[in-house]
Amino acid sequence: MNMSVPMPVTLDVGSDGGFAVSVRGLAKRFGEVKAVDGIDLDVARGAIFALLGPNGAGKTTLMRMLATLITPDGGKASVMGHDLVAQPHAVRASIAMTGQFASLDDDLTGRENLLMLSRLLGFRGRAARARANDLLAEFDLSDAAGKQVKSYSGGMRRRLDIAASLVVTPDVLFLDEPTTGLDPNARQAVWRMIRAMAAAGVTILLTTQYLEEADQLADRIAVIDHGHKIAEGTSHELKSALGSGCLHVMLADPRRIEDAAAVLQAKLGLAAQAGVADASLSIVTRTAAEANEAVGALIAKGIELAAFSMGSPSLDEVFFALTAQHIGEVRDDV
Amino acid sequence: MSDVSSPVAVFRSVARPPAPSAVSNALVFGWRAVLKFRHVPEQLFDLVMTPIMFTLIFTFVFGGALAGSPRDYLQVFLPGILVQTVTFNAVYSGMGLSADLDKGLFDRFRSLPIWSLAPFAGLVVGDVLRHLIAGAIILAIGLLLGYRPEGGLLGVLGGFALLLAIGFGFGWIFIVLGLLVRTPMTVMTIGFTFLFPLVFASNIMVDPATMPGWLAAFVAVNPVSLMTTAIRGLMGGGATLGEVAAGLLAPVVLTAVLAPLTLVLYRRQ
Repeated sequence: MNMSVPMPVTLDVGSDGGFAVSVRGLAKRFGEVKAVDGIDLDVARGAIFALLGPNGAGKTTLMRMLATLITPDGGKASVMGHDLVAQPHAVRASIAMTGQFASLDDDLTGRENLLMLSRLLGFRGRAARARANDLLAEFDLSDAAGKQVKSYSGGMRRRLDIAASLVVTPDVLFLDEPTTGLDPNARQAVWRMIRAMAAAGVTILLTTQYLEEADQLADRIAVIDHGHKIAEGTSHELKSALGSGCLHVMLADPRRIEDAAAVLQAKLGLAAQAGVADASLSIVTRTAAEANEAVGALIAKGIELAAFSMGSPSLDEVFFALTAQHIGEVRDDV
Repeated sequence: MSDVSSPVAVFRSVARPPAPSAVSNALVFGWRAVLKFRHVPEQLFDLVMTPIMFTLIFTFVFGGALAGSPRDYLQVFLPGILVQTVTFNAVYSGMGLSADLDKGLFDRFRSLPIWSLAPFAGLVVGDVLRHLIAGAIILAIGLLLGYRPEGGLLGVLGGFALLLAIGFGFGWIFIVLGLLVRTPMTVMTIGFTFLFPLVFASNIMVDPATMPGWLAAFVAVNPVSLMTTAIRGLMGGGATLGEVAAGLLAPVVLTAVLAPLTLVLYRRQ
C-alpha cells in the first residue's frame, strides 16, 4: 500500500458535464406507489449535496437506486460517468454507501468489520490490518476496536459505519440520514467528518429530515416530496426564496382564524398553516420587517393576538410553504 | 476526531489496491463464518447439544425396546442421527442470512465492487464447518457408546462426504427462505415445520415395517430415508451404488433448482 500517493483530483470534464452524479427522470414504483417519480439532479464533483424531505418522500429509494441496490423503472442516471444500469460494477467501484440502518456485522468486533471490508476491497495481510487500525484511530474507535459491535453506542456505530465506507476513498459517498437518532455531540462529530471528507475531495450526497443539517452542511439542497423534487438551490437561495423565519400567532378569538389566514396570505403571498394548538397559525417569512408588517396587518383588522412568536421555520413549515407553492405553480401551468 | 484537520489525512492517503479475485472474496466471507463461531459460541452449543441429547435419549430409552439392546440400536441409529443433525443445522444459514438482510449488512455487500455471490460462498463455508463439527462430535460419542463402523475408515469418510452433500443441498432451502423471509425466527419456524415430518416419518429412528401401509409407503420414498440408507450402507459397509445414488438424488435436485433461484431472488432484491 502506498500511503504517500495523494488521491488524484479529477478535473477533466467528461460527457456527463463533469458531474459526479447526474440523474434524468429517474423513477421507481413499488406496486401502486410511485416512490420516485421522475427526478432530475446534477451533483457537482466535490460538493456536499443534501436531499431534504420527510419520511417516505423517496429520498432513500433514490439513493438506493444510485448505489445500485435497486433497479430504476425509468429514467437515466450516471455516477462518475458510469451508467447506473449498464455499468453497475463500475458504479460500485466509485461509490460507498452508509445506509440508514447500520450495515455492520453486530457479532464481529469493530476491527474485524473493517478488516473484512479491507480484505474484500483488495488489501492483504498487514496492509489490511494497517488500514483497519488507521480508520479506527481516525474515528476515535481504537479503544473499542476489540469489542463486538452489538455493544457499541449509536454514535460509535455510526462512526464505524462511516469508517467502513472509507476503507478505500470513494469518489462519491452516499449517506442516508447520517445523524438520525444521534445525540447532539455525536451529530456534531459526524458533521465534522462529513466536512473533512468533502475537504478531501469526496463528493457527498446525503439525505436528511433536518433543515438545519442541510443548511449547515450542504452546498446545494434538493427538497423532495412524494417522489418529486419540489425545490433546489443553495441554502441561501432557498431561504431567500422562502423565508428564513417563521411567524407563529395565536388568536384571542378562534372564530377569526379564517380572517387571520386570509390577511397573512394577502400580506406574505404564502398560505398560512394551522398550528397544533387551536386558533394558532404559522407562516414562513423572509425578513423580520415582513413579519412585523404581518402582525401589524392583523392588528389593523382588529384581530387580537393572545400570543405571537418568531422563530426559524421547521422542516414542516418549509414543506408546507414549498408544497403550497409547488401546487400553485402546477395550477399556474394549467 | 477532535479537530477537522486530522481525518483529512486518512481520507487522502488511500490508493485503491488491485481488485481481488472472486476466490479471495469468497475466502473473506468464509473467514467471517469462522469468526462467528468464536463470537457466538451459543450457536455451537445448540448445534451440538441437541444431537447429543437425541443420541443419548434414543439409544438408552428406546434402544432396548426397538432393537433388543442400546448397542444394537446405536448401530442403526447413529448414521440416522447424523442425517437428522445436518438437515436441522441447515436452518442456521437461512437464519443468519435473514438476519443479515434485515440489518442492512447485505446492502453494504451489494454496493461493493465484489463477486456478487461471494457472501453465499461464505455461508456454505460456515455450513460445512458446522456439519463437520457436529458430525465429528456425534461420531465420537457414538464410538464411546460402542458404535462400530463396519465400513471402516473409508466407509466413514464416504459417509461424511455424503453428509456434507446432504447439508449443502438442504442448505439451499433455507437460503431461499432466508432471502424471502426477513425475520430469523420465522425462518426457523417454517424450517422446522417442514423438516419435522420429513425427519420423523423416515427410517432414522425406527424400522418402517411396523408403520401403517400408507406411512410406510411415504417413508420408503422420503428423501431423508434414502439419504439415511445410503449413509448406513457406507458407514456400515455394503452400500450399493444404487443406494448412494438415491441418497444423492435430493441434494442434487435441490441444488440444481434452488441455487439458480437464489441468484434470481438475490439480484431482484
